[in-house]
Amino acid sequence: MSSKTIFSGFGGQGVLMMGYSLAHSAMSTGYHTTYLPSYGAEMRGGTANCTIAIAEEEIASPISSEPDYLVVMNTPSLYSFQNKLTSGGLMFLNASIIDARPSRQDIEVYAVPCGEIAEGLGDIRAANIVMMGAFLRKTALVTLDTYLKSLETIMGSKKRKAMETNTKALAAGYELLKTS
Amino acid sequence: MPMKKIFSKPASLKDAPFHYCPGCGHSIAHRLLCEAFDELDIRGIAIGVPPAGCAVLAYNYLDVDMIESAHGRGPAVATGIKRMLPDRVVFSYQGDGDLAAIGIAESFHAANRGENISVFFINNAVYGMTGGQMAPTTTMGQRTTTSPLGRSKELEGHPVQVCELFSHLRGTTYIERCAVNTPANILKTKKAILKSLQYQIDKRGFTLVEILSPCPTNWKMSPVEACKWISDVMTKEFPLGVMKDIPSAQQKKGVDAHEQ
Amino acid sequence: MTEKVLMSGNHIIGEAAIRAGCRFYAGYPITPQNELCEYMSEHIREQEGGVFIQSESEIAAVNMVEGAASTGARAMTSSSSPGISLKQEGISFLAACEIPALIVNIMRGGPGLGNIRPSQGDYFQATRGGGHGDYRTIVLAPATCQEMADLTMDAFDLADRYRTPVMLLADGMMGQMMEPVVFKEPKPRDYPDMFMLRGAGGGKSHFIRGLLLDQLEEEEHNWKLARKYAIIEQRETRCEYFQTEDADVVIVAYGTSARVAKGAIKRLRPMGMKVGLFRPITLWPFPMNELRKLSEKTKYFLDFEMSLGQMIDDVRLALQGYADIGFFGRPGGVVPTPVELANIIEQRYFKNNGPEKRG
Ligand SMILES: Cc1ncc(C[n+]2csc(CCOP(=O)(O)OP(=O)(O)O)c2C)c(N)n1
Ligand code: SF4
Ligand SMILES: [Mg+2]
Repeated sequence: MSSKTIFSGFGGQGVLMMGYSLAHSAMSTGYHTTYLPSYGAEMRGGTANCTIAIAEEEIASPISSEPDYLVVMNTPSLYSFQNKLTSGGLMFLNASIIDARPSRQDIEVYAVPCGEIAEGLGDIRAANIVMMGAFLRKTALVTLDTYLKSLETIMGSKKRKAMETNTKALAAGYELLKTS
Repeated sequence: MPMKKIFSKPASLKDAPFHYCPGCGHSIAHRLLCEAFDELDIRGIAIGVPPAGCAVLAYNYLDVDMIESAHGRGPAVATGIKRMLPDRVVFSYQGDGDLAAIGIAESFHAANRGENISVFFINNAVYGMTGGQMAPTTTMGQRTTTSPLGRSKELEGHPVQVCELFSHLRGTTYIERCAVNTPANILKTKKAILKSLQYQIDKRGFTLVEILSPCPTNWKMSPVEACKWISDVMTKEFPLGVMKDIPSAQQKKGVDAHEQ
Repeated sequence: MTEKVLMSGNHIIGEAAIRAGCRFYAGYPITPQNELCEYMSEHIREQEGGVFIQSESEIAAVNMVEGAASTGARAMTSSSSPGISLKQEGISFLAACEIPALIVNIMRGGPGLGNIRPSQGDYFQATRGGGHGDYRTIVLAPATCQEMADLTMDAFDLADRYRTPVMLLADGMMGQMMEPVVFKEPKPRDYPDMFMLRGAGGGKSHFIRGLLLDQLEEEEHNWKLARKYAIIEQRETRCEYFQTEDADVVIVAYGTSARVAKGAIKRLRPMGMKVGLFRPITLWPFPMNELRKLSEKTKYFLDFEMSLGQMIDDVRLALQGYADIGFFGRPGGVVPTPVELANIIEQRYFKNNGPEKRG
């Protein structure tokens, strides 16, 4: 097993958090993993992205020129990264705010209305976790349990309320793609 | 008849002949420092940072622990020492080129941070060691090897008044300008040195003593003329006196104070 | 703590330094190493006697480190390329005065202000001394976050053992990247009191200096340093061999570019191209003998850098004409991809089903 994922979107959409939590749960599972965030001037204008590599063996380059999975949370990210995705790769797209769709035919696209779903759960800020649910359903990179444990470790035990929302959000995203 | 000893070498001064020129102010300043170490009984806890400048070999004379510094960086080195050993008495000894030109940033910021160190600043209006070039403190009209026509405000700007400048920094507690050109001034200088060291022992923050100091060699004067030149010319640009001295009571109340 | 944690390279260096007993940090903000500065501002101050100073400049920082280290404290500073240029004066003084300290360079694109992307353009500056005078700096080049932790701790031990400044040389990607890391138990410190400047007490005063006006004295001091450097060269080289046993072509690369090289090798091997990697971990001392030994079996070496041919000088010195040496590198803050490097290797060496001398 060896995979690379790019998460991309506005700062404030929790894009780096998605990557960090995925890398954390990959570590907990016992995989090798790297997390590489964008930094510095790249962050100006409020865009953010990160690359996560997960593998059973030592990871050579943490950079990805051809990611296996791509999560795009806003329209500029779609245009920046859609052509990088490897042929046959999976794209997860935030359908709540992205109207456009990729022109490529050789990839699988999952349009996830993660904003609406999160709002339905009472907290729009959980949109990224809804997306993670959908992402994990299709990629199965780590189990939901391990992922939730990582989230809890990262957020600290104090944020009980937020954890409850996150648990629901994760399940909602997971169920969404299961039934479709 | 038993002889009464009225003058001797301070214990903190090594038994080595000075390499300074005859009439040089560095020798006097060294001696005063050592007398102060003896009187405060701090030879064993003093750590000094000599400069790049004529006093680069100060460790051959001052019998206290010392570490060489790059040109101008004395206050940074002293900061590192003092922060690791807050109960030692740490000082830097710097010339005008060292402090007010290349090392102005290190001096300014050590002062502004209120580092609890003493800075002894030898102002001889030239770069002594490198052969009498213009210094930031060279006086208006003064001829040096790099201001052969005399310092002009158009080309070289005005001399830097270190004491006046630094007394505006809120990290500083005590700043005085002295001179070592007359017996009376020498006594005042000694008092200033003692006060600076005592303030440090009392953890009162950054203190600086500027010492107008003759450099007969580069001024091309006899030692006597050099001393007179300090009174006649230098003190006009650099008036003597206490520029700043925050009483400890006021400092305790937090006025212009430095927290240690 | 032997637990695995996920941390960024910059934070790992800070944490490892503190665990190794570093109690003084001074630095000046510059991307891409700000996170290290920030980490220290919070965590070194949690230690008893721990001091953090945001200095007025990189020059001030390294001189503060000199002062702190002269008292016997473990001390460090960090910066990125332009700031490291300013520290050279202080590094030269540390070497001259034989004061141990750690200097971290998280390299970025240059020359000049350059950019903040990962680069390896400071190899010459780091390995040739960088500042003035006849001296050397031990240079450690981690390629993983785990190595950043381990080498930071080792750097302090080496600095103490040889009383010399040690540089940890990484780049913006290593500083920003996160990987799981386990902090090893630091070794107990072994540094004699006689080298610490702590006030004369009731005894003899001493001084630390690099100024030796008598040229014969200065010469002797230089010889003494040279003997020390010779011992370091003999004992302290480190390197990694990756699939070199049967390799027709060996890539020589360090740090981030070594990771890219491994990625390229993983693509080439399944296609039957026997490519390996020789990775220097100490850049000075450069593992000359280790590399030369490889030329007994392998005849083609490709020096690969994120700069335009700096380490290649050391590769040439090591191989001394016993093998063919090629070069590929990209400067300016570009990180080449494994695919790119794999293509180059395939093109140059395996076009006709076998390694060929490049044209
Ligand atoms: C980086 C650097 N630049 C220049 C010098 C040469 N240098 C040594 S001392 C000195 C000036 C000394 O003048 P000052 O600080 O006024 O001390 P003085 O000799 O007058 O007491 C200079 C320029 C040096 N040692 N280092
Ligand atoms: S050159 Fe001037 S400052 Fe230097 S030792 Fe001679 S008199 Fe003193
Ligand atoms: Mg002078």
